[in-house]
Amino acid sequence: MTELRHRGATDKELQHQNSEDKGSETEGKERDGASDNETKSDSGVPEVPVSADDTPEVLNKALSGLSSRWKNWWVRGILTLAMISFFFIIIYLGPMVLMMIVLCVQIKCFHEIITIGYSVYHSYHLPWFRTLSWYFLLCVNYFFYGETVTDYFFTLVQREEPLRILSKYHRFISFALYLTGFCMFVLSLVKKHYRLQFYMFGWTHVTLLIVVTQSHLIIHNLFEGMIWFIVPISCVICNDIMAYMFGFFFGRTPLIKLSPKKTWEGFIGGFFATVVFGILLSYVMSGYRFFVCPVEFNNDSNSFTVDCEPSELFQLQDYGLPPVLKSITGWTTVKLYPFQIHSIALSAFASIMGPFGGFFASGFKRAFKIKDFANTIPGHGGIMDRFDCQYLMATFVNVYIASFIRGPNPSKVIQQLLALRLDQQLHIFNSLKAHLTEKGLLPALEEAA
Amino acid sequence: SHLQGSYGEGEMEGDSKADTPDVPPSTDNTPQCLNKALEGLSSRWKNWWIRGILSLTMIIGFFLIIYLGPIMLILVVMGVQIKCFHEIITIGYRVYHSYDLPWFRTLSWYFLICVNYFFYGETVADYFGALVQREEPLQFLVRYHRFISFALYLAGFCMFVLSLVKKHYRLQFYMFAWTHVTLLIVVTQSHLVIQNLFEGMIWFIVPISIVICNDIMAYLFGFFFGRTPLIKLSPKKTWEGFIGGFFATVVFSFFFAYLLSQYQYFVCPVEYNSETNRFAVECEPSNLFMIQEYTLPAVVQNAKTVNLYPFQIHSIALSTFASLIGPFGGFFASGFKRAFKIKDFADTIPGHGGIMDRFDCQYLMATFVHVYITSFIRGPNPSKVLQQLLVLQPEQQLSIFNTLRNHLGEKGMLPPAVEEAQ
Repeated sequence: MTELRHRGATDKELQHQNSEDKGSETEGKERDGASDNETKSDSGVPEVPVSADDTPEVLNKALSGLSSRWKNWWVRGILTLAMISFFFIIIYLGPMVLMMIVLCVQIKCFHEIITIGYSVYHSYHLPWFRTLSWYFLLCVNYFFYGETVTDYFFTLVQREEPLRILSKYHRFISFALYLTGFCMFVLSLVKKHYRLQFYMFGWTHVTLLIVVTQSHLIIHNLFEGMIWFIVPISCVICNDIMAYMFGFFFGRTPLIKLSPKKTWEGFIGGFFATVVFGILLSYVMSGYRFFVCPVEFNNDSNSFTVDCEPSELFQLQDYGLPPVLKSITGWTTVKLYPFQIHSIALSAFASIMGPFGGFFASGFKRAFKIKDFANTIPGHGGIMDRFDCQYLMATFVNVYIASFIRGPNPSKVIQQLLALRLDQQLHIFNSLKAHLTEKGLLPALEEAA
Repeated sequence: SHLQGSYGEGEMEGDSKADTPDVPPSTDNTPQCLNKALEGLSSRWKNWWIRGILSLTMIIGFFLIIYLGPIMLILVVMGVQIKCFHEIITIGYRVYHSYDLPWFRTLSWYFLICVNYFFYGETVADYFGALVQREEPLQFLVRYHRFISFALYLAGFCMFVLSLVKKHYRLQFYMFAWTHVTLLIVVTQSHLVIQNLFEGMIWFIVPISIVICNDIMAYLFGFFFGRTPLIKLSPKKTWEGFIGGFFATVVFSFFFAYLLSQYQYFVCPVEYNSETNRFAVECEPSNLFMIQEYTLPAVVQNAKTVNLYPFQIHSIALSTFASLIGPFGGFFASGFKRAFKIKDFADTIPGHGGIMDRFDCQYLMATFVHVYITSFIRGPNPSKVLQQLLVLQPEQQLSIFNTLRNHLGEKGMLPPAVEEAQ
């Protein structure tokens, strides 16, 4: 035991952690007993991924002259710019590429988290574990993509016979696939490893719940209009960067024990900066159809189109200023897109709740004594590290859209209508006719039904 | 200490737990009257009698609440759900020695309330459409339901993040995950059970009865004929019990479905009557519950026809699933109990263990029945579709109206006068 403790003390990972953490851990060992034993023995094992220096050679050469601190700063800066440029490029390439990228990011995040679970539980010899995890990922993705395809590609699906059957019995097929995985799991339980296997089963499912559902909500947002994809992600990125800058220059009061680098100044400064950025970005984007129109699948050309009449949300309207602002600026009305008002809500959420996603990930990393999720991006860590604040944002945007912006998807409603029994359809037809006649949308001449 | 050598390091936790006195000793919960009546018998027979009597009691209780109607059933399902959740969380609590974890219990119950609020809200919005349209506050709650549920969940999430305490990070994350997986298993299943119930009480009674029957039949066949062990996880299960239980369950469900299909009380969808403010089960039984003639395949001697309810054919599918896949739910629970070194989930029912022990085979059944119904039996819920229609933009409503009119016209459902007006 003393050997493990000694190894843990010299392990590179722990040096980056709060030193108080390590000190209290030794006291904690006596008090918390067995449950922390697992924690301690982990820190000594060399399986925890060591931070390998992934920086490309070219960058290394260019920055060889600078001191380590500035070099790190430059590496982070350059990579940040590279990622942002990449983001713009894929937006330019269109919805199809965006969906592919979202799928890839999802798979990579899943891989990172599962790898951590794998190393945390020393699960070398667990039979089937990796296969099963990837199988469950496939099942859940199949289920979600199937639902999306059925909703948005309705006419395409009706045309092709095999697709039609797959879509009609989609839930049943997905459930059967999941059950197979479940039975494989039960059959793979090995006597000595029950607990580990259940842990990994739970770990896989929670990961699926977090990563896969979020990524599918992102795709749903995307179909609503690319602006609903770009603005939230940009707000979160902006909040990240702004909070860092404000904290760097003005930071003094620590925000939360979990992340000692975060400060109140950074938090509040980031909040205001993000709201302003959100308003300006939405102003810029609301002018272009490419961003504003719902993504639709054109049956004839078999490709995605973004062409439509922009909805009210994206048409300039006059807003009367409250007297306070009137006296300051001397304007009586201001021309805004209604979407900009919504963007205030989105950026407020990104600034206030987004950080909680970050704290959650920080707590997670501290709990399992890892510095970063992986080493994919030099200077930044893994993909998950970049996306941790996005967790809740995608769900929020989706809930926001469903609650305040649009109603149900019309093609989905038609699909459901046509699946009903004929007498039910007739009943709905009559109710709808009565409703439309009331609203004056129908000439009131059909009394025969 | 040789145990520590053979088990992986993850098991160390299990070992030290076995030494702690926290594992609940099996208290004898049997009521005094039973104890007195069975004093004379040996321990083995006494146990057998207790299990038998409690089984009968539970089955009678089951029939009683069916008789009392849908509202009672919903309440009982909710009660069972809460108790199952409580049992699993208590186990997690104990497994992780989580005495001093601040907020853990509060948070777990809070998340349970959130998820239940979300699901019940969706159900109420679907099935009680007319009631909701009447009351103003309900309308508001329904329209922004997802947003409110999400906000409630977020509050819990933030509380969790703020409650992270330095020494206990890992434990807290474990318990967070434990709570969520439990919610996923227990709460979703119970809501699917209620959705099945609204489809018709028969879709609730038959699956549950089938699983119970399979349990009992597999036990009896195993008891009398059991020889070849089935799976290492549960050494008491045998292939003879498995196969015998399969056939017995199919036969049982066939006859039970026949019996229940005759009564409107079981067969009709449960509907909420806005005027009387009660649940009503009255309708014209659908095709599924009207006797039809089936010709037997030529293999059978007399090649005559037989009168069956189509539902009986479906019941064969249900019972096959219950017999073949249902036991996997039981194995899962057995593995879980072995993994965490507990004998039973709790001691609520004497001789049987906790509520979870009785419901472990039902895990997958509720989901299967729900998926089966949506795939093969019914389409979407008409009142839900109408509700969605009324929320759309007027232009969209008009376009759907025209599509629907064309469709119905093609099918000949519309009187000619209306078609001409097009």
